[in-house]
Amino acid sequence: MSKITITIDNQQIQVENGITVLEAAREAGIEIPTLCYHPDLSLAGSCRVCMVEDINSHRLLASCVTPVTDGMQISTRSAAARRARKLNVELLLANHPNDCLGCGRSGSCELQKLAADMGIDRKGVDRFAGQKRKRAVVDQGYSLKRDPNKCILCGRCVRVCEEVQGVMALDFAGRGFDAIVTTAFDLPYSEINCAECGQCSVVCPVGAITEISEIDRVWAALDDPDKFVVVQTAPSIQVSIGEEFGLEPGTIVTGKLIAALKRLGFDKVFSTEFSADLTILEEGYEFINKITNSQKLPHITSCCPGWVKFAECNYPDLLDYLSTAKSPQQMFSTIVKTYYARQIGVDPASIFTVSVMPCTAKKFEKARAEHRDSGFQDTDAVLTTRELARMIKELGLDFINLEDAEYDQIMGEVSGAATIFGTTGGVTEAALRTVKEVLAGEGLDRLDLGLMGTREAQVEIAGRTYNVAVVSGLSNAAKLLDEIRAGESKYDWIEVMACPHGCIGGGGQPIPGSFDTKARRAKGLANIDQAKQIRKSHQNPDVIRLYEEFLGEPLGSISHELLHTSYQARDVR
Amino acid sequence: MNCICGHAQESYAKYFDPLYSILSNYSKDESSLIPVLQDAQDHYGYLPLDVLKEIAGYLGLSLGKVYGVVTFYSQFHLQPRGRNVIRVCTGTACHVRGGAEVLKAIENELGIKSGGTTDDLEFTLETVACIGACGLAPVIMVNDDTHGRLAPETVAMVLNAYRTKGEEVSRATSHVSH
Repeated sequence: MSKITITIDNQQIQVENGITVLEAAREAGIEIPTLCYHPDLSLAGSCRVCMVEDINSHRLLASCVTPVTDGMQISTRSAAARRARKLNVELLLANHPNDCLGCGRSGSCELQKLAADMGIDRKGVDRFAGQKRKRAVVDQGYSLKRDPNKCILCGRCVRVCEEVQGVMALDFAGRGFDAIVTTAFDLPYSEINCAECGQCSVVCPVGAITEISEIDRVWAALDDPDKFVVVQTAPSIQVSIGEEFGLEPGTIVTGKLIAALKRLGFDKVFSTEFSADLTILEEGYEFINKITNSQKLPHITSCCPGWVKFAECNYPDLLDYLSTAKSPQQMFSTIVKTYYARQIGVDPASIFTVSVMPCTAKKFEKARAEHRDSGFQDTDAVLTTRELARMIKELGLDFINLEDAEYDQIMGEVSGAATIFGTTGGVTEAALRTVKEVLAGEGLDRLDLGLMGTREAQVEIAGRTYNVAVVSGLSNAAKLLDEIRAGESKYDWIEVMACPHGCIGGGGQPIPGSFDTKARRAKGLANIDQAKQIRKSHQNPDVIRLYEEFLGEPLGSISHELLHTSYQARDVR
Repeated sequence: MNCICGHAQESYAKYFDPLYSILSNYSKDESSLIPVLQDAQDHYGYLPLDVLKEIAGYLGLSLGKVYGVVTFYSQFHLQPRGRNVIRVCTGTACHVRGGAEVLKAIENELGIKSGGTTDDLEFTLETVACIGACGLAPVIMVNDDTHGRLAPETVAMVLNAYRTKGEEVSRATSHVSH
């Protein structure tokens, strides 16, 4: 690409031909406010908040969608540009509820921030106040809630659902004042092809799409003296929740997280990494079985509930390729209400299991009819990272200065292999560490496949080379599945994570989550793994004991009954 | 819930076969969506959920996407429509010459409001901004026929001609044809 010269705010700069005015300005260190723009998505130019003035023509341009041209002279700070930006935000407020105090996104809302940054006062807020939408909040199902009245029609959710996930569950419906973002026939997410991944809730700049909160149910359990409340936290929470308290992404806060959970009143605090180790053993042996008995491959992971629902809706013919091993969340809860209850002498009927997940689809997963193997609903409540942060804030805990605490016993040991479950490629690396050691008696070099899209590797185990693929983002996954359907897949193992970059980029993680943020969270997890004494799941002493005392062996009859599950073809589009 | 009549398979085929023959005229991509929707609506009278699901499946689109397009264009309908569609002009000229009374008379005659459909699916009632026949105000259209210089008292007679068994519209009752 050739370079051209443009002037922005009297600053002459050389930029690549073909980039946008917004990108050029940011390269020059000039910030322009945006709203519908999102760095990971296609350009929409619908909100008109990023207006700048073309000095030569005096035209106002939406900088996010305007390509640079040679000799262009742009002002981001002219009176006309400032007035246009402010006016457009005021117009967005015209039919917005503007009830920030009662909104879950107060404090992280981009519209609220824009209004504050632009100095929009009461007069500005009311300037164009007109008719407001009065639609019902859609909160059936388990994972996500939509409040169409708060929606500013920026279309980020529509774009992420189509472009990144390839699901297209959401789209604009109706038009003019009646236009809203909705599902087909306003059906609840649980009844359509939605993967419940929650990426829409992460990219939503306002409070229009949020998780269905289970905070009240968890407080109620904690307040109930007859309930024994056990909590598990997913691997990625320890490197992301710090962001909610002003820490840098990727800051490892494991000890503080445990301390906070104990202060909230949970009776026992564990990490899902324990059951991730368990998953690796079950799934690792499942893979070993498949390759030694020449069963059909690829083996596809199933620990991501968003991916599982996506497969059930869109690839019901390929469900046999999925591992039958339950996800770590579900394994953990099942073990808590069986083995653990027995070990500590607590009636499983009084146990309330909570999991803290980077994920909204986990809320859907816990409610699946399949997950009652303990004789009860295995997982009682799922909190996202954001919900847990809200509970900690509600108590006013000084999170950053909490004294580190440790996981409870007898399921408190975790391996580094389990820690990296929280990032794309982690499950594969963790599983192959164990598979290689079991089959060949030797360790596995770091795969280190990076975070983007689809990556592949060739792994040599006991004289045979296996083609391994790691994919995150459902539209990327769909391509690999289409290959399998066409009988053209070369892979023996495929790991799928619904959310881009894996659980570190999950739909329940702190907002906002740019690629840089996610990369730093991933680095945090890799650092934990690196520092661990035990880095292979089959060496976790608590897991070894669990097999000795209770389960017998991987894929044994108790495992089969408690730790494996089945899938259902869903006839939806 | 499966039907217990024992003829589910046949009824299914009978219901969807026309749709499949419509679909077979079009390529399996996004660009076929609007013409397919138009043809399907011509056949079924409206666009039922099950039909839209089939269309989405054939074209490789999500139901959400199809729903978005259907709700954007006012030509598409998700609810059953009457056999006859009445369009009452509410433009300026018709308004001045008593269009509102004509509308009210039709609403009373049919027992539905503007936008509604009678329970017997004989009539759907709509209002339009102008049908370009201001000289005949107040004016309505029933299907493709124009009826001008109406009065609240003459409405019933016009409509009766369209009720079932009144298939043939007598031009005599039609004050004007276009």
